[in-house]
Amino acid sequence: MDSSFLEVNGLVMRFGGLTAVDSLTFSVDESMIHGLIGPNGAGKTTTFNAISGFLAPTGGDVRFRGETISGLPMHRVARKGVVRTFQHSTLFAELSVMENALIGTHICSPPSLLAAVLGMGRGAEDVAAERAREALEFFGLSEFSDQPAGSLPHGHQRAMGMAVALAADPKLLLLDEPFTGMNPEETERMMQLMFKLRDSGVTILIVEHDMRAIMGLCDRITVMNFGKLLTEGHPDDIRSHPDVVTAYLGSAYSAA
Amino acid sequence: MPDRLVRLLLVAAFVGLLLLLPYGLSFSQQEILVFLTINILVVSSYRLLTLTGEWSLGHVVIMGVGAYGSALLSKELGVPVPISMVLGALTSALVAYGLSFPLLRMKGFYFLIGSFAAGEIIRLLWKRFRDPFGGPKGIKQIDPMPDFDIVIWRFDFFEPVSYYYFSLAVVGLCLWIMWRIERSPVGLTFHAVHWQDRLAQAAGINVRSYKTMAFVIASGFSGLAGALLAHYIGTVNPNSFDIEQMVFVLTWAIVGGTSTFRGPILGCIVLTVLNEIVLREIGLEQGRPFVYGLVLILSVLFLPKGLEGLIEKAGQLRLTGRPQPSG
Repeated sequence: MDSSFLEVNGLVMRFGGLTAVDSLTFSVDESMIHGLIGPNGAGKTTTFNAISGFLAPTGGDVRFRGETISGLPMHRVARKGVVRTFQHSTLFAELSVMENALIGTHICSPPSLLAAVLGMGRGAEDVAAERAREALEFFGLSEFSDQPAGSLPHGHQRAMGMAVALAADPKLLLLDEPFTGMNPEETERMMQLMFKLRDSGVTILIVEHDMRAIMGLCDRITVMNFGKLLTEGHPDDIRSHPDVVTAYLGSAYSAA
Repeated sequence: MPDRLVRLLLVAAFVGLLLLLPYGLSFSQQEILVFLTINILVVSSYRLLTLTGEWSLGHVVIMGVGAYGSALLSKELGVPVPISMVLGALTSALVAYGLSFPLLRMKGFYFLIGSFAAGEIIRLLWKRFRDPFGGPKGIKQIDPMPDFDIVIWRFDFFEPVSYYYFSLAVVGLCLWIMWRIERSPVGLTFHAVHWQDRLAQAAGINVRSYKTMAFVIASGFSGLAGALLAHYIGTVNPNSFDIEQMVFVLTWAIVGGTSTFRGPILGCIVLTVLNEIVLREIGLEQGRPFVYGLVLILSVLFLPKGLEGLIEKAGQLRLTGRPQPSG
């Protein structure tokens, strides 16, 4: 197959008169950590929503492994292996940590009503539980299994959201600002986990404001501004790219 | 193992208590016991729907669909009664499936109002079409449950005690099925759909189909409750399933507390006892809507988790005040 892993072709997202994303084209290669950055209002989250199926694009399309996924409802996109996390509403606060992870296993072990009533689902439930435990283990959440997810400290809650996504066995993981509200140690630990994920074959597309994290993490970065593609390249090139500096980094750093 | 034995003994004692219960009661109280048993099925099936976060105002009308369905099938087509009840329940489930297409496009408040409108439409159809629904007067002389014998025990269904045992068995089975569903991965998915529908979708859950599933199952069980009721009292009419009845079901559920399986059942029992025993004793049974309203307001103000919350608290006190993980 000569098409790349994820392709975004001429994506347009319009809300009434506002064009949030304007014929954006970029692609993500397999087993990479790919960053999507840009100043506030550049259309990053909207792009994310269009890829994950949360919004149907006004124009253009999104292909995953050669298959068009734009316009599909979010649960269908997820079943194709493109699983996202959210900036807010990252977990089921009322449920225990283990139950959260179990919900993540929905795609791999879809629950059956008949099996539930007749009590025949034990085997499938054990498989799901094993998978959920592995996902929790990966993010270091095993010890909290029985706690309500809402009572976890903030950094752990973010990790919990990613564990739910990981339990769904994603091929492409879409992370919406995963480092928000994390302290430097937590960020560092999370970055190590993402490298580990990438090395295990999961491709990651990440939207993030934390510049230090994104520069240290990504293999490739796409920069957006005003809904359009500004530039694309290796973090070192992006850092020194004059357009990026004027549009974003320069002002962002001086303001911080 | 002794733990298991104790549990088994407790269950046996509980079942024994339920079986002996009618013998301490008067004839009219035995009748109330039958209604209570049926109402427990209604309110529990209602809770199954609320697991997905949607509150319906049409649940009692859907129950009526089961009652009308079973009554008509047995009366007009001569379907034997226990089978007509199952078919009545299926009718309810089928009607709910049809209604799910317009109704589940909405959620929250809009679903609530939509379900009310849908229920009223069904009630108007019953009133408007004298054939086959009997118009405002409804259907009379519905075939009773046929008598039968089990070894030496004769089930004479004119006797409330017999019908109580029959509905106890049916309702018990239904509650057991609902309990299994709730404790299974399907139940967990219902919770997921309720608390974070976007996140649930991102995990590959088809939120719409799970809401439909809960709506259809809950409606099927409420239809069965309706059928049980129809063949007991022998008559159904559109007003037996009006909004006032729905408000009673809501009150049982809210006063009992919907966060646990037993909550609504508890609410139903406590309020029925309050109404039928206490109010009747002091001659105030006509004041039911007033008393229910008062109890509802008081419980919303002082027991936000319902009667269920009281039990939880009592349990925590017994365990030396340690906070208990909810389960």
